[in-house]
Amino acid sequence: MKITLTVNDEAYPLDVEPRRVLADVLREDCGLTGTHLGCEHGVCGACTVLVDGKAVRSCLMLAVQCDAKAVRTVEGLAGPDGEPHPLQRAFSAEYALQCGFCTPGFLMIAAGALDADPDQIAGLVESNICRCTGYEPIRRAITHATRGDD
Amino acid sequence: MKLAAFDYAAPRTVPEAVAVLADGGRDVRVLAGGQSLLLEMRLHRLSPDLVVDINGVGGLDRLDVNDGTAEVGALVRHDVFDSPRAVPGPLGTLLALAAPNIAHPPIRARGTMVGSLAWAHPASEWCAIAMALDAVIRLRGPEGVREVPVRDWFLGPFTTARRPGELLLSVRLPLLDAHTGVGFLEHRRTHFSFAQVGVAVALAVRDGVVEEARIGLANCADRPVRAYAAERELNGTEVGHSFVRAGRVAAEQDAAPLAEPYADVEYRRQVIAVLVARTLRQAAEGAPQ
Repeated sequence: MKITLTVNDEAYPLDVEPRRVLADVLREDCGLTGTHLGCEHGVCGACTVLVDGKAVRSCLMLAVQCDAKAVRTVEGLAGPDGEPHPLQRAFSAEYALQCGFCTPGFLMIAAGALDADPDQIAGLVESNICRCTGYEPIRRAITHATRGDD
Repeated sequence: MKLAAFDYAAPRTVPEAVAVLADGGRDVRVLAGGQSLLLEMRLHRLSPDLVVDINGVGGLDRLDVNDGTAEVGALVRHDVFDSPRAVPGPLGTLLALAAPNIAHPPIRARGTMVGSLAWAHPASEWCAIAMALDAVIRLRGPEGVREVPVRDWFLGPFTTARRPGELLLSVRLPLLDAHTGVGFLEHRRTHFSFAQVGVAVALAVRDGVVEEARIGLANCADRPVRAYAAERELNGTEVGHSFVRAGRVAAEQDAAPLAEPYADVEYRRQVIAVLVARTLRQAAEGAPQ
């Protein structure tokens, strides 16, 4: 099936089977391997991306469902000059990652909620699984980035 | 696992969708939020021949409030109800109490209330609320539109009165009058687990007396349960006096819990009794004095 994915403001005309999920198409067809796949069951959150501005599990959405929609992945966070996004700076400053596997998912769920009120951040952190940090540094990093501290 | 191959249709109107669904002899599934369907397809517990994606069907994302009811279209996502202002009155409060219990924000951004009713998971929060409030499900099939009261809807785990070829259009819920206090509580083994027990309560109170109690239970049987016996214990009694007894009655008479890993039947009955009483207190505290 012919679709056009707009990923990080770039158009990708693709021919994909309906059975392929967004995460696989982003990684294999668009070559954007920043989006990670952990459980592939919608539980771990490593594959979280933004579709039309909303954080979703890209393992539980078909690529054909995203035809003509705007997808944003972790590769689209940094500025055009490679300047890290405030969230990326905050994750670095707070040691909010260790092995880094879950980090793209946490960054994208946070990116989808930068305007969220601070009370929601605990709920956001509960959405994804991290096996290294114990979550507290991640919660701190997102809190600082949403407050605009730098 | 990766999904098995299937044919894909993306109709743009309800009549088109119903026509595609009438594809006799094949396993046809409706894709709305997809947060259960795609998971089941990943596990290869479901491998439909045809997936009908209704996300492009116009009008199904409507949430209409009129005549004392809220009519929730088939594409209204769970996260709409995160805000108690999405629906007026005590119903909006009840839905907002329940919504955060459903999975996580990214799942709630895709999954739909009507999809939950179609999927009919015994632990579903929306199904318990629909039972408590006598919701009405509106469907369209090859023979036209029909409405099914929710008490006739759930036939067993993941089994409903939906006929082959029918598309769920919406669910209708009463807004609940201003004398109603609402409560929703859930007990889970871990934050990521399904509800071991979920309780939805709407308590209409006048002059300190329970006028009408409505109690829906999630994961307390092989399907969503309405705790009629517990409600009878409460109706006409002074607020607070019968809550513990109602909890015991719900656990012993209304519920039919199954043994699960980490929770045998006796334990689950105890949790049901405690949680029903607690949810009744929560509802009573929210009711106008």
